[in-house]
Parts: sequence; C-alpha cells; structure tokens
Amino acid sequence: MKNRIINLFDSKGGDVLNVYFTAGHPELNDTAKIITALDSQGVDLVEIGMPYSDPMADGETIQNSSQKALKNGMTLSLLMEQITTLRKSSDIPIIIMGYYNQMMQYGEERFLQEASEAGVDGLIIPDLPMDVYAKQYKNLFEKYNITMSFLITPETSDHRIRMADELSTGFLYVVSKSSITGSSSTISDRQKAYFNHINSLDLKTPRLIGFGIHDKATYDTACEYAQGAIIGSAFIRALEAEGGLEEKIGKFIGRVRS
Amino acid sequence: MTYQVDDRGYYGEFGGAFIPEMLHANVENLKKRYVEIIYEADFQKEFDNLLKDYVGRPTPLYLAKRLSALYGGKIYLKREDLNHTGAHKINNTIGQILLAQRLGKKRIIAETGAGQHGVATATVCALMGVECIVYMGQVDIGRQAPNVARMRMLGAEVRPAMSGSRTLKDATNEAIRDWINNPEDTHYIIGSVVGPHPYPDMVARFQSVISEEMKWQLKEKEGREQPDYVVACVGGGSNAAGAFYHYLDDERVKLVSVEAAGLGVDSGESAATSVLGTKGIIHGSRTLLMQTEDGQIIEPYSISAGLDYPGIGPQHAHLIESGRAQVYSATDKEALTAAMELSRIEGIIPALETSHALAILDQMKLKEEDIVIVNLSGRGDKDLATYIDHLDELT
Repeated sequence: MKNRIINLFDSKGGDVLNVYFTAGHPELNDTAKIITALDSQGVDLVEIGMPYSDPMADGETIQNSSQKALKNGMTLSLLMEQITTLRKSSDIPIIIMGYYNQMMQYGEERFLQEASEAGVDGLIIPDLPMDVYAKQYKNLFEKYNITMSFLITPETSDHRIRMADELSTGFLYVVSKSSITGSSSTISDRQKAYFNHINSLDLKTPRLIGFGIHDKATYDTACEYAQGAIIGSAFIRALEAEGGLEEKIGKFIGRVRS
Repeated sequence: MTYQVDDRGYYGEFGGAFIPEMLHANVENLKKRYVEIIYEADFQKEFDNLLKDYVGRPTPLYLAKRLSALYGGKIYLKREDLNHTGAHKINNTIGQILLAQRLGKKRIIAETGAGQHGVATATVCALMGVECIVYMGQVDIGRQAPNVARMRMLGAEVRPAMSGSRTLKDATNEAIRDWINNPEDTHYIIGSVVGPHPYPDMVARFQSVISEEMKWQLKEKEGREQPDYVVACVGGGSNAAGAFYHYLDDERVKLVSVEAAGLGVDSGESAATSVLGTKGIIHGSRTLLMQTEDGQIIEPYSISAGLDYPGIGPQHAHLIESGRAQVYSATDKEALTAAMELSRIEGIIPALETSHALAILDQMKLKEEDIVIVNLSGRGDKDLATYIDHLDELT
C-alpha cells in the first residue's frame, strides 16, 4: 500500500491542514473520537503526540496536556491499539510525534513495526539527530513504509536545510520561529523573509509550517508560503474548553478554514 | 580503552547530543569553539587569576588524622568546601562566564536544584555585570529559601519551574526551553557534567582543576601523585568528574563513585541511578537514567537536593559500565550520621551531598598503607535546616 502522507502531497499541492493533539487527553479514550471528528471536518493530516514526561521542545499547553494524559494512563501500547481500531473506519493520514527515548525504550524496530501495522504513516522525533537517523534508522523506516519529517528553524544553516530535505520523506517541518510550541502572535516580516528564503532553495520535499500557527490569519499566511500548516497548542486549548468534543472541533476547524 | 570524550562526543556508547533542531546552532557553535577558546593564553590567564584571587584556590589537601584513625589508611580531604560560595560549583561557572563573554553572549540562564549552582552562577554574573536568570523547581524554591535569597541578593532573577515534578529535572527543561526561545543573545550555564555534548566534557575540564591540584599536593605530602583511591559523590557528577579527571588513565588509582540510596536502593525512594537506571536519553545525552518501561522519566528521591537527579553524566555511565569506577551508595541516614561524625572529629560540617561520600568509608575496608582522597565537595551551611531537624536523633 502506498503511504497515505505521500499520497496526500501527491494529490494536494496546498492548503494542507495538519492538526496536532496529545494522545489520551482530555480523556484517555478520546484519541479515536478526536481523529474521527477531524477527519469529518476535512482536516488533511493528524499528528498524535505521544505524551512524554519531559517534552523539551514543547510549551506549557502541550506539557500540561501530556502530564494529564500520562495521569489518565496513556501508554504507547494503548495508542497502538487505539489507532488499530480507528483504522477500521478512517483513512486519514496519521503521524506520531514523540521523543527519541520513548521509541528507544519501546524498542525501535518493534515500535516501527507495530506503528506500521496499526496504520501509522509517519513519525516526527524532534530530538533524533539527522546523522543518527541516516546511519541507524533510515532503512527501518523504509522497510515499514513510515515517513520521517525533520525540523528546520530560522537558525538552521542552508547546508542542514538541504540535509533535512534530503532525509525527510512526506514533508519537511518548518518551525516558524525560534521558540517552543504554543506562542500566539502574528507572523512577522522577518518570518516571511525566512519562508521566502526556504522557498528559494528549490527543495524536493513539501513543507508544512508549524509553531505559532493558531488562527485563520496565521494559517492563511502559512499556506501562502508553504504547502500547508500545523496547528497544535491552539487546538489543544480548544479541546479544553467546555462543550462536546465534536462541536468544539467543528467550531475550531471552521474558524481556521472559514 | 579511553575514558575521555571521543571526537564524536561520546564516552563509549554514552553521550552524544540528542537535541531538537532549535538548539542545534548554539550547541554546534559551542562544540566547534569551546576547546579553542578555553586553551587560549588570555582565557587561561583570566581563569587562573579568578580561581586564585576570587575563588580562593588552590583549596587545601588536608590529612584528616582522626578520620583516618577511625577507618584505617591515610584519608585526605580535598577542601572544595572552602571555595567562594561554598562548593566546587564555582570552578565551572567561572569558566563558563568567561566562555560566554568570548561567544558574545549577553544573557545567562542556569538551572538549579538545591541552589548551589544557581548561587555560583548568580555570583559570576554579578562579578561580570551580566543579566542572570535561574530556573528552579517550585518545590525546591520552597525547600531552599536561603539560597533563593542569596541569588536574589546577587541580582539574579529566580524563575519557578512549574512543569512536571517541579524539581531539578524540570528546572533543566525550563532552562532548555528558554534557550530555544532566546538563541541569539543567551548562554546556558549547565551546572553538571550532563546535557548534550560538549557540556559534559566542557564542565569536566573546568572542574579538572580539582585533580590537577590533588596531584602536586599529594606529591608534596606523600612523594607521589597518585592515591590508591579517589572517592566522590555523584548526582550528575561534576565534582567526581573533576576529582577523577587527571587519574582516569592511571589504573593504579581506584575511582569510587557514591550515589544517594535515599531510603534504600530498593525502597522505591532512591536516587541510585547506576543501579536503578537503564540506558536512555535525558536532557540531550545518552546515559543511564531512572525511567519506566515506556521511557517516562522517574523522579528520584534523596535527602540531598544535589543528588536527586534521575540521570548521571555520560562519562560516569561509561566509567561504571566499563568497571573503571566502583559504585557505592549511601542512604539518607548513613549520610546524616557521616555528617555528624566529620563535624565532631574533624571540626568540618560537610554538605549533605559530600556526606554520602564520607558515609561509605567503613564499607571500603581500608588497609593501613592505603592513601585515600575524599573530595569534600561542599560545606554544610546550606543544609543546616535539615541537620537541625535530625540533631536530636544523631547526638
């Protein structure tokens, strides 16, 4: 079977919306419900965060949702089960985002194999260095038909951007500014210049812009400069509001894509 | 076998730099430049002068006669407790502030557990007139009020880490996040031999002055540079890294690391990382750490806030796994007893961390001819509140 993320970018050149949420939050068994609702809202791609005790690159919102998810009893095995069940009714491309230590303790090959069998299409491991990936894991990712997306930031040199472009399959994760996740301001001219610079490099991999994308304005701007955008913390905050899951999700996505 | 870092940033299978891309430029810049900068004549001169005139080095190597009589052998104490600010921590912060200046950084961040590294960082920032922000777990801020006050008096801003368990590991996460948010003007002064390469090696080099002095001091007293044993406590492991540094390749010298057993290694309330830990990644470094099967990091316990770190420096993981260092552990109670004993028979009140190193002397079964150096890493002033709580049961 062809990878769903590759398929997505083959068939859709822009306005790709990737929504991130933390597995096991707000409630332990919300994972499938949230994905189903996102799918029915026309979201193109979902990114499921594996809750981690020490999420170095994440801001307060994701830290708190992760802690809550762990308290709820979320584990990697349970996540695999939840995705397996969901796959009977949904074909939306799925990415798992987590930290290297989680994959390592689960056993790297076991993790990739089970994720692949469950129906996961791609991974994002922000603290897995590119050289370690290239040497130790690239072949395994290919074997299990799982894409890998590396991050680039305004501090990343052109040389490394090209390396990330070369190694990433699926899409390249463009971190919009030097920050952890969850900031909410407008996109500055300096950021636009950085996006333009990336676009001038003639990269092979599609790009999604993430970090700080939180409303219609920032989403639209991101879509102007890349194939689409990733929304995380803002969506988690929306999930934490009062009301039914489906309704909250419908409202949030409706606002972003109105 | 080599025990120093290799050119890839590893100690055997431990070490490396497992960091998100947001930190890459800064860590890479540090990696490229740290060795060149710290061995410049001008840097060395300034570093040595500050260690001498400001910190008060060399620290004495003192033959503890009554302690020796009690445990056998000749036990020397390397008096890092006599450094300015009360512990070895300042050796590293002096080095790193000079490095930060040469990197053109205007803002300093640090993490702290008990507050010793925070105080040492606030001190050098005051000395150099640099902005200083110290992250400290909210729980630790409550437990370590005098050190919080010291940092504030020295002009540092103490920011509570509210995430996770709100202790040292979370303060470290917050400092890392700050660095991600402020990549251009900020240098992160890590307080121990932990974190991504080059930090473990860089901090060890700044702390290596401890064993450099031990060698010539012991030569003066005993006619030889190498003792039979060097004993030091290990949390992250910076005082031990400094005390071992110049003896790593001299197999005649047995290296002894002492971890905090808390209420007992198997009690569920412990910080004995090398026994309870498994291989994994913490704060950007592959090492031994306390974690669940799912890779979630476990909060350790020790009465000593400087030893309750869930990981251990990657060099220590390598020294332990390769058998070069021998590991002991001491419980809270054993450490408290050792603190009381040293106070009574030598007139030195040691820090609680250091007391763990002293507590295992009786387990070592020393011979009369053995020469031992215990790294007396810090003084006990900061632990008085804890000592007062236990004074009645110990006397």
